[in-house]
Amino acid sequence: MMQHPLWHLTLSRFREFYRMPEALFWAFVFPILLAVMLGLAFRNRPPQRVRVGVQAGAGADSLVAALRASADVTPVLLPAAEAQRELRAGRVVLVVVAGDPVAYRYDSTRTESRIARLATDEVLQRAFGRHDARAVVDQRVTEKGSRYIDFLIPGLIGMNLMGAGMWGVGFALVQNRTRKLIKRLVASPMRRWHYLASYLCVRFALVPVESGVIVGFGVWAFGVPVRGSLPALLAVAVLGSFCFSSLGLLVASRAQTVEAVAGLMNVVMLPMWFLSGVFFSAANFPDAMQPFIRALPLTALNDALRAMMIDGASLASQAGELAIVALWGAASFAVAVRIFRWL
Amino acid sequence: MIRCRGLVKRYKDVVAVAGLDLEVRGGECFGLLGPNGAGKTTTVEMLEGLLPPDAGEIEVLGLTWATHERELRRRLGVALQETRLSDKLSVRETIALFRGLYGGGRAVDEVLDVVQLREKQRAWVGKLSGGQRQRLAIACALVGAPDVLFLDEPTTGLDPQSRRQLWDVVTAFRAGGGTVVLTTHYMEEAERLCDRVAVIDHGRIIAQGAPQDLIASMGAEHVVEFTIDGERGAGKGTITADALSALPGVRGARLDGDRFELTVSEVHHALPALMAELERRRVVLSDLRTHHATLEDLFLNLTGRHLRDA
Repeated sequence: MMQHPLWHLTLSRFREFYRMPEALFWAFVFPILLAVMLGLAFRNRPPQRVRVGVQAGAGADSLVAALRASADVTPVLLPAAEAQRELRAGRVVLVVVAGDPVAYRYDSTRTESRIARLATDEVLQRAFGRHDARAVVDQRVTEKGSRYIDFLIPGLIGMNLMGAGMWGVGFALVQNRTRKLIKRLVASPMRRWHYLASYLCVRFALVPVESGVIVGFGVWAFGVPVRGSLPALLAVAVLGSFCFSSLGLLVASRAQTVEAVAGLMNVVMLPMWFLSGVFFSAANFPDAMQPFIRALPLTALNDALRAMMIDGASLASQAGELAIVALWGAASFAVAVRIFRWL
Repeated sequence: MIRCRGLVKRYKDVVAVAGLDLEVRGGECFGLLGPNGAGKTTTVEMLEGLLPPDAGEIEVLGLTWATHERELRRRLGVALQETRLSDKLSVRETIALFRGLYGGGRAVDEVLDVVQLREKQRAWVGKLSGGQRQRLAIACALVGAPDVLFLDEPTTGLDPQSRRQLWDVVTAFRAGGGTVVLTTHYMEEAERLCDRVAVIDHGRIIAQGAPQDLIASMGAEHVVEFTIDGERGAGKGTITADALSALPGVRGARLDGDRFELTVSEVHHALPALMAELERRRVVLSDLRTHHATLEDLFLNLTGRHLRDA
């Protein structure tokens, strides 16, 4: 093993990598920063009160008094012109105008406004005499594994595998080609696929750390459950890294400048950021798009990671998704080796 | 050992190499001498299998690139015109990497000693001077214990001391039975290192042979150069190259700007005759010098241009 050329190439790549401070930042610090920011955004907090404007005028005071009793809204008394301005700026989501009938002024396409309307109406109707027909009780879902953060963490792992694989391989390769570092190696008896494979090997070696940082932070800060087996999850992450590193090889295979490869990478990655269920479920897109979305490697990878991590699904149960990921990787690598521009 | 016939390479509408025949014998040091842009690097990179020729045949060690690329790569050591190596690896790591790619070869320590980089072995490549980088490039070419060493302008831009160190490395490699192909635009380097040279201009060979034979082929061993003082002397402007070439011992004469150059077989006859002629025509010299004929003079004789500024 020590004498194998692939070992020498991988070792050299690895040294180049860890001797570059900016590479270390992107690989290790960036995922932590991302997770910290999400932690701030999704920290546990009580349901928020929304600001509701009450237009000043006859009868306004009694509406304000009634709304003060609500746990969901904070009423503010505003002159008509100002109420209009605040509504436009989004500082209040609903304006209540006293009178008979009472008027609700709001933008019905805004979810917040619609919720505020329901809550406000509920409070006012009750204050003015409506009685509940049935007794109800709230059961708030805080069960681990079904919160938004539990949905998000596996998606972030997938997104990070994609970004790190494509940038780490594609960008570095084009940079080394434009600096003519590859030319001297081509003049040696090196097998060319060994050279490309050494980039992948370095990525594989970094996967446990890069993905581990995100999982570890999720568990530590949010108590995100890891129900599937860790070795199986790692295997899936490495497979994902193989897929996206190979895609990185492919986009780098002909690109002559780092600008060109950066553009190509964005073209490849941008649709997947939106379509592949990183921040919200891919099921939100129209049915006609679903076959296409399902065939994307990041969708398959995210689905598999999510199923295994949150639902404790087995490796075998994700065979279909994993096959899609593996196929993308193998095809990209095979094509990249064939069309790669060496000089 | 190395043979090529009818080699042609075009870049868009420029013909870089225009039908070139070469034969390099085993154990010799063969030089491609020519000005910048003559086609030396293009020729060498075709021989190294890095550049496909548009026409012609290449045979190295009796093998062709199409059929035996990997075996050839294992048996050749290559230093490119500008060998770029990773800045973030140390000297030792770089040599070890190439040794690994060759699947063995000479010991890293031995090669470090040959190129005198042992005290720099832990330094990153990015921190090396130009001369140290060139020596590292040659170390990478040597570590696979090749049969043939290709060096493309190995000493361009180096100070005299680094240049001499590189010459020693080449000499040592040949002492071990290796064959060397090098390109240079320094005639001194070619005369010093090469058993045979091919003088290249505009992608063609214009002369080929041992440096001494090529110089001798001019029929003149010395060169006399002089400049006429334009201010003083009545006879300025009356003197012509034709008149000078008729003088005893002079084989040829040419005017280069305001400077005359005579190729001379017998300085002791030519010089007195020249002085007498100048005296007779009342010409005053501002400068006169003589030197042994070199490959530079050969190139000048063949092309009318200097190697360095051609």
